[in-house]
Amino acid sequence: MNSIILAVVIVAVIGLIAGLGLAVASVVMAVPVDEKAEAIRECLPGANCGACGFSGCDGYASALSKGITSNTALCAPGGADASAAIAKITGLSAGEVKASSAVVMCQGFCENANTKMIYNGVQSCQMAKQLFGGSKECIYGCIGLGDCVKACPYEAIHICDGVARVNPLQCKACKMCVKTCPNGIIKMMPLYETKAAVLCVNKDKGAVTRKECSSGCIGCMKCVKACEFDAVKVENFCAKVNTLKCTGCGKCTEACPVKCINLITPGN
Amino acid sequence: MELTKGLIALFLTMILTQNFILAKFLGICPFLGVSKKLDTALGMSLAVIFVMALSTAVTYPINKYILVANNLEYLQTIVFILVIAALVQMVEIVLKKYIPALYNSLGIYLPLITTNCAVLGVVTLNVDNGYDFIHSLICSLGGGVGFLVAMVMFAGVRSRLESCDVPKFLKGLPITLIAASLVSVSFLGFAGLVEGIFG
Repeated sequence: MNSIILAVVIVAVIGLIAGLGLAVASVVMAVPVDEKAEAIRECLPGANCGACGFSGCDGYASALSKGITSNTALCAPGGADASAAIAKITGLSAGEVKASSAVVMCQGFCENANTKMIYNGVQSCQMAKQLFGGSKECIYGCIGLGDCVKACPYEAIHICDGVARVNPLQCKACKMCVKTCPNGIIKMMPLYETKAAVLCVNKDKGAVTRKECSSGCIGCMKCVKACEFDAVKVENFCAKVNTLKCTGCGKCTEACPVKCINLITPGN
Repeated sequence: MELTKGLIALFLTMILTQNFILAKFLGICPFLGVSKKLDTALGMSLAVIFVMALSTAVTYPINKYILVANNLEYLQTIVFILVIAALVQMVEIVLKKYIPALYNSLGIYLPLITTNCAVLGVVTLNVDNGYDFIHSLICSLGGGVGFLVAMVMFAGVRSRLESCDVPKFLKGLPITLIAASLVSVSFLGFAGLVEGIFG
């Protein structure tokens, strides 16, 4: 009988000591929580995409509350709403967020781009790129195995007809796909005004490009001549639009013989 | 000299032949759960080493001077669980206050180990084998390092698995378990190694 009571007492005392010790420690060593940072964190989307340049949403929130940065517009996914909400909490003036969207600079759809082989390996652009640059003859364009689809936290990218397409309505401009694409063909385009974009990055000579893809830029200079604002240049046999000079008039789009220049319009 | 030799032999035994994960099959939950990436595997293993050594250091005197002295050995399991859980919570509070960087890097793993059977396993093993304090400490340290070796090795195996074209019915956990069994079998090759060196 005695030993049972002793056992109960010993376990109870050890439990009590541990419990009291923890209770005291949690009071004595309490770490004050930054309430401002918590409130800011609530306004952010929580995708931890890193588009703001800080280590995730918590990093940006604590940087704002500690005054490391006073720019409330760094969160691209949160957009104007998040900027206004943060400004309300911190008392800073809300920064202007210019909407933008990722665009895949390639039109090598199945009927446009010729294939040089059937790729049956690991379904990843990164892997396929190491094997002769993917299954398409053009080694510059979209490989179409969807590394960007997996990287997108907002499910805004889908593979349509062999080429990744970004849905601008769902794109939050976090640039995860821009970093992921092994060919670097995903670019950010402004969504607040119409701009022309060359949906091709092929650097081969015109004749070679023509054999590889029916919608590849052949560097014919027609767009350069058509542009009244000196916004289009041809470098390495591929046209490039200077978005700062482009007014979105659409002359280059009409002039392009292979139809690889598209107008990116707001809400489209 | 004899003591040092015995301790080194014990340490190596715990890492290679008596590896907690690959030979005793303890702590399989974190082994499968956090071995996907090398850095998380490393963080978890370091936390395990720390907690194993600490809980051994604390439970040894409790066992010797309270339980054994009162003929209450049958209370070992419940008392050890109680003490280890409280200890880990206490360590977490202290780390949060004084070393926030370490706290953030250990993150969720520290409370997770509270109920890790490998930690309870090493403590019980020490008692069952009748080790003295130094041997207990070396045994638990070796167990922790063995945990680290298994985790890091398996993280490498799993990162290779990621880029393999696995048949659909084996994707995910099944192929992971098969890979784990193969790694475990390969550790059988160490049998007799330590005895061969120090015997």
